[in-house]
Amino acid sequence: MVVGGLTDEAVDRLFHALADATRRDILHRCVRGEPSVSRLADVYPMSFAAVQKHVAVLERAGLVTKERRGREQLVRTDPDAVDRARRVLDELETAWRGRVDRMAELLAHAPQPEASKPSMGHGS
Amino acid sequence: MSVVSVEKDFDSLSLILVADFDAPIERVWQLWADPRLLERWWGPPTHPATVKKHHLTVGGEVTYVMTGPGGETSRGWWRVTSVDPPRSLEFTDGFANQDGTPNAEMPTTAVQMRLTEQDGGARMELRFVFDSSEHMEQLERWGAFEVFPQSVGQMDALLAADSKTRGTRESNG
Repeated sequence: MVVGGLTDEAVDRLFHALADATRRDILHRCVRGEPSVSRLADVYPMSFAAVQKHVAVLERAGLVTKERRGREQLVRTDPDAVDRARRVLDELETAWRGRVDRMAELLAHAPQPEASKPSMGHGS
Repeated sequence: MSVVSVEKDFDSLSLILVADFDAPIERVWQLWADPRLLERWWGPPTHPATVKKHHLTVGGEVTYVMTGPGGETSRGWWRVTSVDPPRSLEFTDGFANQDGTPNAEMPTTAVQMRLTEQDGGARMELRFVFDSSEHMEQLERWGAFEVFPQSVGQMDALLAADSKTRGTRESNG
């Protein structure tokens, strides 16, 4: 099954990547600039290797790309991937709009349990 | 138009949907509280839901099966965390294995539903918060958010037809 142009697997990777506060924070920093992995490692109370692992998860989800510049590895966002994440949330919205519509329809057609508004009678 | 607003928080992976109905809150509550009514709106026409268990008490469980056109089924459950008829319902929404037991490897979604009186009708506010990072960290595996493609994909057909008659969803606000 494909949602918003993404396979199940890609959606899974995307949401797994976004389900962690540190990774979301890394992503934010990448939206604002292009931090290097070592600069990111300074920000969080964790090892360089741990930060690198987080970046790798974001990378696999297609949310960031790494680019080597000199001795540094710069981390950049992939705006398209962020858009795709939004699109998946959009789809959830669409699903619930459907549910709400069905609820409204049921309310319009299901018999009233008590006649609170006799003026609206259908005269069946 | 039933849906009044939709707010998406990309950071916390949460979604708040507000809808107004031209009906008293008791009737909207019934759509949640009566399993026969619930199954008439939970799944789209292509994947009708059958509600198996339905205990709207704290700690109580609701279980359902949705059946697709090819006979394929997907099962889900709610665990009720708070209930105050006819005003509010909070539950954890999760996926189940084919034997109906909760699938512990899938993440859950916290759902809060509130009903208030609004201009002689009812306002329903739904808040979804996707599973926190701790759970995900334990799992450390892909496949966790499969809930999305499943529940959303199943509704595509219906919604595609539906949106044609209702115009774009960008038009509100």
